[in-house]
Amino acid sequence: MIAILAFYLFATLTIASAVAVIFSRNPVHSVLWLIVAFFNSAGLMLLVGAEFIAMLVVIVYVGAVAVLFLFVVMMLDIDFAVLRRGFTKNLPFGILIALVLLAEVIVAVVSWKAGPALSGRTIPASATPNIVALGQLLYSRYLFAFELAGLILLVAMVGAIVLTHRARGDLRTPKVSKQIRRRPDEAIRVLDPPVGEGVKL
Amino acid sequence: MIGLAHYLTVAAILFTIGVLGIFLNRRNVILMLMAIELILLAVNINLVAFSAYLGDLTGQVLAMFVLTVAAAEAAIGLAILVIFFRRRGSIAVDDVNRMRG
Repeated sequence: MIAILAFYLFATLTIASAVAVIFSRNPVHSVLWLIVAFFNSAGLMLLVGAEFIAMLVVIVYVGAVAVLFLFVVMMLDIDFAVLRRGFTKNLPFGILIALVLLAEVIVAVVSWKAGPALSGRTIPASATPNIVALGQLLYSRYLFAFELAGLILLVAMVGAIVLTHRARGDLRTPKVSKQIRRRPDEAIRVLDPPVGEGVKL
Repeated sequence: MIGLAHYLTVAAILFTIGVLGIFLNRRNVILMLMAIELILLAVNINLVAFSAYLGDLTGQVLAMFVLTVAAAEAAIGLAILVIFFRRRGSIAVDDVNRMRG
């Protein structure tokens, strides 16, 4: 009973906040609604026992992606009123397209028969914890894909830095290679000055 | 009882909202990227629901890879957005034809 209530709560909040994402006037509010949607969908995933993916959604989406969005929205000085022109013009046709798409997908979901194995089936409780089972699968059968995912993240990181990096001319940065190349014989002089003459620099 | 169809319906509605968001905010790239995130979230919900109801963890592994690609896509998209804004002083994309592609 509590699971059913929780499902409807999370589902309603997810959909409501997704609607608020695309309809809110202020993009900062959009990002905040997006965070609400992510949290509630993580709750939906928790309900079917996918704990690791739920935590990953919270950590990656809320912790990284949404903060990145927030950062960019606040960093760029954008006139969002101009960007909303055409919104009301597109609205009727957009709603029509969306309703047609939704009807198609819902028809596909409802008319779809999963066979006797899936009908009225409850989720089997597994003996091993979700994260242990996922880890065993990830580091054995999907090891190559896992490494590839890491490579994708590396490429994305390098790409984002290369794209947004600006060389500034007014900075005096230390030249590390020159510093490392310095040897003691060119850096210091050992002198034995006679009395009364001192050292000439 | 909550079945697979409930989850698929929620994901379908979320997907449709994402598509509608792309359609409505055709000038605003930031909102388009957020709508893409919503679509990918719907895909993830589908994958996790199927994985749970089939008792097969492959769906959750795939959901993790979708998450990875979504994060990479957001980072690259926002980087492109930042350099676009530096060049043009605006992020209106309905007249992006500078490259005449």
